[in-house]
Amino acid sequence: MNNIEWPYPLEWDSEERIDTDVLVLGGGIAGCMAAIAAARKGQQVVLIEKGATKRSGAGGSGCDHWESAATNPCSKVTPEEITLAMLDDNQGYNNGISHYIECKEGYDRLLDIEKMGGKIRDTKNEFAGAQFRDEDTKLMFAYDYENKFTLRIWGSTFKPAMYDELRRLGVKIYDRVMVTSLLMEGGKQGGRCIGATGMHTRTGKFFIFRGKASIMCMSRPARIWLFSADLPGLCEFRPTQCIGDGHAMGWRAGAEFTMMEKSVGAEFSASGRSYPPYGAGNNHNTWYGTSLIDSEGKEIPYADRDGNLLNNVSDRFKPSKGQKFFMKGGSIDYPKYEIEGPETLSFAKMIEAGYKLPFYADLSKLPELERKVIWGMMIGEEGKTKVPIYKNYKDAGFDPEKHVIQCYGTGWTSADFLPQERQLFGLPGGFMNDWTLGTNLKGLYVAGDSLFASNCYGHAATTGYYAGRHGAEYAAANTLTEIDATQVEQEKNRIYAPIRNEPHNSIGWKELNAAISKTMQNYCGEIKRDELLNIGLLRLKEYEKKVIPNTFAYNPHELTRLLEVFDILEVSQLIVHSCLARKSSAKPLCFYRGDEKEQDQEKENKFITIKQKSQKIEIGGKPLDYFGNLKENYENHNKDYIRRCKDEQ
Amino acid sequence: MNNDKKCYLGEMPSANPIIYHKEKCIGCNRCVNICQVDLFIPNPEKGKPPIVLYPGECWYCGCCVMECPIEGAITLRHPLMNQVHWVEKDKLIKNKEEK
Repeated sequence: MNNIEWPYPLEWDSEERIDTDVLVLGGGIAGCMAAIAAARKGQQVVLIEKGATKRSGAGGSGCDHWESAATNPCSKVTPEEITLAMLDDNQGYNNGISHYIECKEGYDRLLDIEKMGGKIRDTKNEFAGAQFRDEDTKLMFAYDYENKFTLRIWGSTFKPAMYDELRRLGVKIYDRVMVTSLLMEGGKQGGRCIGATGMHTRTGKFFIFRGKASIMCMSRPARIWLFSADLPGLCEFRPTQCIGDGHAMGWRAGAEFTMMEKSVGAEFSASGRSYPPYGAGNNHNTWYGTSLIDSEGKEIPYADRDGNLLNNVSDRFKPSKGQKFFMKGGSIDYPKYEIEGPETLSFAKMIEAGYKLPFYADLSKLPELERKVIWGMMIGEEGKTKVPIYKNYKDAGFDPEKHVIQCYGTGWTSADFLPQERQLFGLPGGFMNDWTLGTNLKGLYVAGDSLFASNCYGHAATTGYYAGRHGAEYAAANTLTEIDATQVEQEKNRIYAPIRNEPHNSIGWKELNAAISKTMQNYCGEIKRDELLNIGLLRLKEYEKKVIPNTFAYNPHELTRLLEVFDILEVSQLIVHSCLARKSSAKPLCFYRGDEKEQDQEKENKFITIKQKSQKIEIGGKPLDYFGNLKENYENHNKDYIRRCKDEQ
Repeated sequence: MNNDKKCYLGEMPSANPIIYHKEKCIGCNRCVNICQVDLFIPNPEKGKPPIVLYPGECWYCGCCVMECPIEGAITLRHPLMNQVHWVEKDKLIKNKEEK
């Protein structure tokens, strides 16, 4: 390969400066919606995306369900009810503000996306008469058919529709540009955010963006514990290049984070250990309601939360007796009794009762429309399913009326993992936010997976739009600021240093990522101890001081991957520092210590916050209910929006 | 088979996620431009299928196939270890009866 010349012009030495009102960092779901909101407020908007905005991000290829759209006309629950249930389910360790926004504005955004060209209802009447379809609105619901707050959507149409809307609104899109750092007023950590630097992933060109407000819309961190040098694209659930650059540059800039001590045992992908998401036998999420059978064709019964067996398929979609509603979907792993939905009997019980392994997912006996909506609509519209699952399985002869698909793990994990194989999943940590989705850094707003306790598509779209709105208000009241030349110079030196080294005695991005992941598995695994965490930190520091100066990249693409690993190293340190800051175990954070002192537990029942100021780490705390009264605070901060929605009605 | 009594430097990758069907691909490079991971580079020869430069980085989202204007020009293939098994349900029941 090495004798093929790089096909793109090399522009290592050139620099482009761009000024705008609102700068959107990341072009996934949240970024697109942020840019749309800001542009609609009359601001000039620049959107920077590492991939190709039309299909970039975790939701680029699609999404099959939109959770918690509590204000849709069929919903029987309120935004307050769902948000409080989400908070309670995690003993308060959840983002009350962002999830309230998700519940409150989800349906507004769906209508918005429909206007842009996305499909949110069964316009072709393919599912007329189905139990999950509302005949008046043609909206289709998933999970709890009685309370109707999670919608089935044709999400493969969404990103291209948003992309068209961005262009219609005149948003300037910079695809294939990796944002490398936040620019701060006077170059000071913890100061005001006044822009960002970037590098073109094909040409290596340097960019200096100035914005009056910036909106951080990048992914959650990944590849911290999980890495395969051979198949890096299969390491994690989110896209290969979505590894948490935003968290890293935020940490360097002095942004405040919380819940970064939380990690969960790996559930997805995990360096190729599991099978393709939504592609193996299971009965969760996209496949919810599917029958499971054992290897002799015997059906595994569903039961309600009280253990009553459910005899009809339709009962799988109803709350239990005396239950208002149940929750299913993205990150409701071990629900509390209050919101626990129907489920197949436990794996252990089935083995005890003599059911034979392996189990299989069986669509064949479902009512026709239930089968058709799972195989053909959900599988097809959910991310990464249209081609790799739906088309490929069909082409290979899979027939949902005849065949059953094997299950591999003991649940929807579709594999079993080691305890030290961890992931930031199921409401992971992120930037701390206030009621404007602003951060502690003036001028910096945050949305989607950058937020702490983020989860799904609807959360990304709604918080994106909300942050875009509030960022635009800030931009309208502020001016552009002169950048600090020293900060820019330092950043250029940092990002281009690896191309000046020689390949024969240097270290590449894969070798470094593998070392970081192994270090994190060893010293920051399932059970935390100060002595190990401290050694882990030393190892990571060593990589920073001794290895980074000896890295090499052949071309701008490899340099992008290498800069990502520098960010992974940065975030790993943030995680270890956050683990050191929490002294006692906290079950809702999946955080377990082997060296805790019992008296710490009560004292630590709060969000522990962490940030850097003048290169020193500052630990703080916020009460779990810091967001106050949801409804009142939302209304106080969104008077214009509420008024405009009323006018439109 | 290679009959010319020579062999060449090379290493087969751990996965071969994208297969171009040369007779169908028109070399329009839409797949190159849509891929968020940026696996591909355009073929130096115009009109020919792109080169899959970084196959290991593939995320298997299928957007290259979704964007392709020619049906069947690209096949996305999961690595062998990730190919899922299915069986005919009737066979499971028959197996049980035979036991």
